[in-house]
Amino acid sequence: MAAPTSTLPPAPVAAPPPPPVHRRRRHRVIPWVFAGPAAVLFIVFFAYPLGASLLQSFTAERDGASVWVGFDQYRRMASDPAFLESLFNVGLILLVQVPLMVVLALLLAGLLNQSWLRFKGTWRALYFLPAVTTLVAYAVVFQVLLKTDGGLANQFLAVFGLGPIDWLNDPAWARISLIASLTWRWAGYNAVILLAGLQAIGKEQYEAAALDGAGTFATYRRIIVPQLRPVILFCAVTSTIGTLQLFDENYVLTRGGPDNATLSPVVYLYKTGFEQLDFGYAAAIAWVVVALIAVLSIAQYFLFGREKRR
Amino acid sequence: MSTAQAVVRTEAGARKSPARRLAGLAVGLVLVVGAAISLVPFIWMAIASTHSTADLFRSPPPFVPGGQLLDNLARLEETIGFSRVMLNSVGIALVHTVLSALISAMCGYGLAKFRFRGRGLLLGVILATMMIPFQVLLVPLFQMMASLGWVNTYQAVILPFLASSFGILLMRQGFLDFPDELLESARIDGSSELRTFYTVVLPCVRPQLGALVIFTFMSAWNSFIWPLLMLNSEDTYTVPVALNTLTGLSRVDHSGLMLGSLLATLPLMLLFLCFQRQFVSGLLGGAVKQ
Repeated sequence: MAAPTSTLPPAPVAAPPPPPVHRRRRHRVIPWVFAGPAAVLFIVFFAYPLGASLLQSFTAERDGASVWVGFDQYRRMASDPAFLESLFNVGLILLVQVPLMVVLALLLAGLLNQSWLRFKGTWRALYFLPAVTTLVAYAVVFQVLLKTDGGLANQFLAVFGLGPIDWLNDPAWARISLIASLTWRWAGYNAVILLAGLQAIGKEQYEAAALDGAGTFATYRRIIVPQLRPVILFCAVTSTIGTLQLFDENYVLTRGGPDNATLSPVVYLYKTGFEQLDFGYAAAIAWVVVALIAVLSIAQYFLFGREKRR
Repeated sequence: MSTAQAVVRTEAGARKSPARRLAGLAVGLVLVVGAAISLVPFIWMAIASTHSTADLFRSPPPFVPGGQLLDNLARLEETIGFSRVMLNSVGIALVHTVLSALISAMCGYGLAKFRFRGRGLLLGVILATMMIPFQVLLVPLFQMMASLGWVNTYQAVILPFLASSFGILLMRQGFLDFPDELLESARIDGSSELRTFYTVVLPCVRPQLGALVIFTFMSAWNSFIWPLLMLNSEDTYTVPVALNTLTGLSRVDHSGLMLGSLLATLPLMLLFLCFQRQFVSGLLGGAVKQ
């Protein structure tokens, strides 16, 4: 019979329809082979605890059981001096340390961007180094540097007949110490980011500015800063988020003390949740931190982002 | 030399050579002072780790290395079992880095090269994790680990933060440029999807993968609050947690602490000096288009 040979030729024509079915199934499964592990991890370790913590923030522990208390935990914060102090502390850092650091980073980036500067890579590495230290290690080092009797900082001051300053045990000085150590760690990091932004600005623009007779200051004000706005925004937003999430530095340096002078909301969250086992209140504090981060990030976006369109 | 030449030689903006030289000197001076400020704590850390605690706070302070390094090391080993702690840190950071880079790369590839149901949702969740501080998850995650009986285990430290949204987005960006034709030809050759991924696709994103590996290792190595919550016995401590317990003692062993800090920082510093470029590009993470 000719059947076998006659059925063969049409086969290639008839074959295409099956693959789409096969391929469609394949295309439903294969992507999840790749994305699946991450998706499972996100559901188990992000989505579920996120929901759980929101629910928990409306509960309180009473006699070993958790009871629904509505917004009580959130109301409690409004009259909790320790929490309010922690907000004041991060507010102070946001208003003093972040602008100080960003300006310092901007200046540093400007200096590092000089065309005639040699060993650029080395300079960049030197300034970036503080950002790659282990957080706890750096806090420990500052603890030793700032020790009241015999610490290097006070010995240095003594040379000029000053001090000794009670860096970590006096509320005002503890805040200053924290601000100084944060600036030490992050100014160079921000400078390197800003430097990358500076280098993305075309050389022609500097040349055009020079031809128009613009001095260094005018060049910065009119050309560099406006073009750098998105990068400055990035630095400001990440620094703000970092400040609101402050934990490692002040926890190791001062445990949030003295008298809560360096207490941050997250250290307070840690203390209420894991030292006093007040989980509902800790969850509520966490959500206030989330809300603050969202509000401030959006505000900064509008503040810095708007003029970009010009 | 004619004035025209001088003008051509100097950079735009500054025409007077002496003034320029003075400005250059000032810039150099500021940079040196700044670099000194950024380096002094490191140098002090190194010097201090070779002296006894009593010598550290003597006036004037020691400016050159002393001979107490081995004593400090022995004491550190005795008080917190430093070698064990170091081994824990290295192990946790390595396992975390390898698994996390693999999971991120695979997910990034899936998101970049396939259109599938739930893709938009997954991307949304990934973006959400970037915006929501992880501290929100601390309490429920802790309770989850407690009910699993995983407190004080390594998997409890590693698992929750394996899927990194930053890593997935970074890898996705790298894969977007990968030509589809190449994938098709590998498929036609009969290579399985996973094999194509490991042998054809992954080698092409080596720069991004390198940045991701370094960045992940650094954050795993530095991670503090979560291990602090999870680990509660000396034989499971990581270096940061162990150092933290030392600061809480009534009589603080400062020179031991400095040596511990130095040893905790050294691996990252070496890594940084070797892979500076990848470090910076990993940390910039989308701030600047390069």
